[in-house]
Amino acid sequence: MFNTLRTLLLTALHAFHRRATVQYPEQQPYLPPRYRGRIVLSRDPDGEERCVACNLCAVACPVDCISLQKTETDGRWRPEYFRINFSRCIFCGFCEEACPTYAIQLTPDFEMGEYARPNLVYEKEDLLISGTGKYPDYSFYNVAGIPIPGKERGASERERPPIDLHSLLP
Amino acid sequence: MTSSALLTIILTPLLLLALATLLTWVERRLLGLWQDRHGPNRVGPGGMFQAVADGIKILFKQDWIPPFADRDVFILAPAIGMMTALLSFAVIPITMGTGIAGDLNVGLLFILAMMGLGVYAVVLAGWSSNSKFALLGGMRAAAQMISYEVFMGLALLGVVMMAGSFSLHDIVTAQAGLWFIIPQCLGFGVFLLAGIAETHRLPFDLPEGENELGAGFHTEYSGMKFGMFFIAEYAGIVLVSSLVTTLYLGGWRGPLLPPAVWFLLKTGGMVAFFILLRASLPRPRYDQLMALGWKVLLPLSLLNVMATGTILMLRASL
Amino acid sequence: MHALALLAASVTVIGAIMVITRKVAVHAVLYLVVTLLALAALLVMLGASFAAMLEIIIYAGAIMVLFVFVIMMLNLGQPDSAREKEWLRPRAWLGPGILAAIVCAELLYCISPLSGSMPSLASITAHDVGLSLFGRYVLMVELASFLLLAGLVSAFHIGRNRMENR
Repeated sequence: MFNTLRTLLLTALHAFHRRATVQYPEQQPYLPPRYRGRIVLSRDPDGEERCVACNLCAVACPVDCISLQKTETDGRWRPEYFRINFSRCIFCGFCEEACPTYAIQLTPDFEMGEYARPNLVYEKEDLLISGTGKYPDYSFYNVAGIPIPGKERGASERERPPIDLHSLLP
Repeated sequence: MTSSALLTIILTPLLLLALATLLTWVERRLLGLWQDRHGPNRVGPGGMFQAVADGIKILFKQDWIPPFADRDVFILAPAIGMMTALLSFAVIPITMGTGIAGDLNVGLLFILAMMGLGVYAVVLAGWSSNSKFALLGGMRAAAQMISYEVFMGLALLGVVMMAGSFSLHDIVTAQAGLWFIIPQCLGFGVFLLAGIAETHRLPFDLPEGENELGAGFHTEYSGMKFGMFFIAEYAGIVLVSSLVTTLYLGGWRGPLLPPAVWFLLKTGGMVAFFILLRASLPRPRYDQLMALGWKVLLPLSLLNVMATGTILMLRASL
Repeated sequence: MHALALLAASVTVIGAIMVITRKVAVHAVLYLVVTLLALAALLVMLGASFAAMLEIIIYAGAIMVLFVFVIMMLNLGQPDSAREKEWLRPRAWLGPGILAAIVCAELLYCISPLSGSMPSLASITAHDVGLSLFGRYVLMVELASFLLLAGLVSAFHIGRNRMENR
């Protein structure tokens, strides 16, 4: 009996507590930079696509929402098409973890409601952003030992020039 | 019958329906307040038109009658609930002269009778739905409401003894000196609990019991038939609140403000208290509810009747 | 007033007939409730509003709900309504029907002289009922309470848990 009355009193006193609700559209909540929201494809500092179409993200995806096809232009791999079906995506972030080139990244944006389901299928043009995302200085081809036009073998960061096996010089 | 009386008869139910609809919004806002959130605040000033939006939505919902249900009784049940809730208001005296039925000399009994008939809405809804959850809800409702009607009647007996009349008007008049909540505090407590159980409101909403019975007796209902149960429940809250006001809180009596304002203030306070109960108390188990009724409330109300009778007799003999 | 009384009376009679002829038990109980409500309306017109309200509270509001409760517990199905249908053959109801008609006719004949001049009825208040219950009919009240007490005791006896059954 006394406990019940005490409960009533305590609940009534909550009328004077601060409200925990965030009035969302007017009052935007703080989303940390590592929030797992809309997926983007980032670019190198020099403006090239980072994605090398290795398919690791598609393999890591638990709901199989990523689909892509590799193509190759003068030694540089890139996706011919890259498609994410956001109506299946669960925003787990496994694709970001799997990505060896920091190309695929999750961003703190979740406002992607649509009236028609097919509109949730994002193509490469929708996914590509013009910036570098969370890793501003990273460029995969600068650290990988793969020759591309404008960068010979051995010209990468922390890479020695290749040894000429036919030379007898020390 | 004069035209003004006719107008009252037509206007009062409409007003009550509007009030009950508005109460859905009030309840959600108050629950929000006590649970540190906002509640509906988008539609109209302070979210006031949320009730209208809900009403429009529910009117356009498919009104589905399950093929396994007993069709006639299925349709009849919500109508009974609505009708008894609205009819009870006929004898509630808001001020000295108002009230549809005026000063009915068996007013209190009339309200008890309407509450007794209101049980049918729940029980028949449970039976006619022909589904197990609804049936369980209906059986719970039947047992709970019949039991608590007994205590309600016995608790009211104290008030009737003190006022010497069944007329609600006379009862308010008899509270000129002292509100009955003080001499009849025991009866007040019993009546309040019985009133909650009678309107099957939380914490005594076992006939509905969302987390065990789906939605209890109205599991199979949809569209406006469900809406009618809903509105009838809110009308029931207003009814019990205004009854408490009339019987124990001195009705329209109060200093300074006009009588109607006092009545509305007291009733509004009681409604808020009902919502506070919902916001804070968990639901008891079914056997606990029945044990509370028959083992605590029944002796208490009998004690109340006996004490009131003794005191009145002694005072009369002096 | 006269027309209203006749209306209520005819509702009572029709309701009672429907009670007998319904095949689904709950429908029959519902018609019985309608009959009781119409009867209460008649009582109000006769000035006995106290009795009318008690009739609604006790008979329509409590006892009939218990009937519905029991019917719900019994879970009557298709075979039961078929059996009810079997009982509604003329062979079954003709005899009692004729007897009831004779009684009704006799009743109508007996009260017909009254119908011309209806005496103005004083309304019977709760006060009057109380005075006559504890004045003239106090013995009856005591006897009824004895009966109820006996019923209560026997219900307790049947309902209690016996030690040897555990």
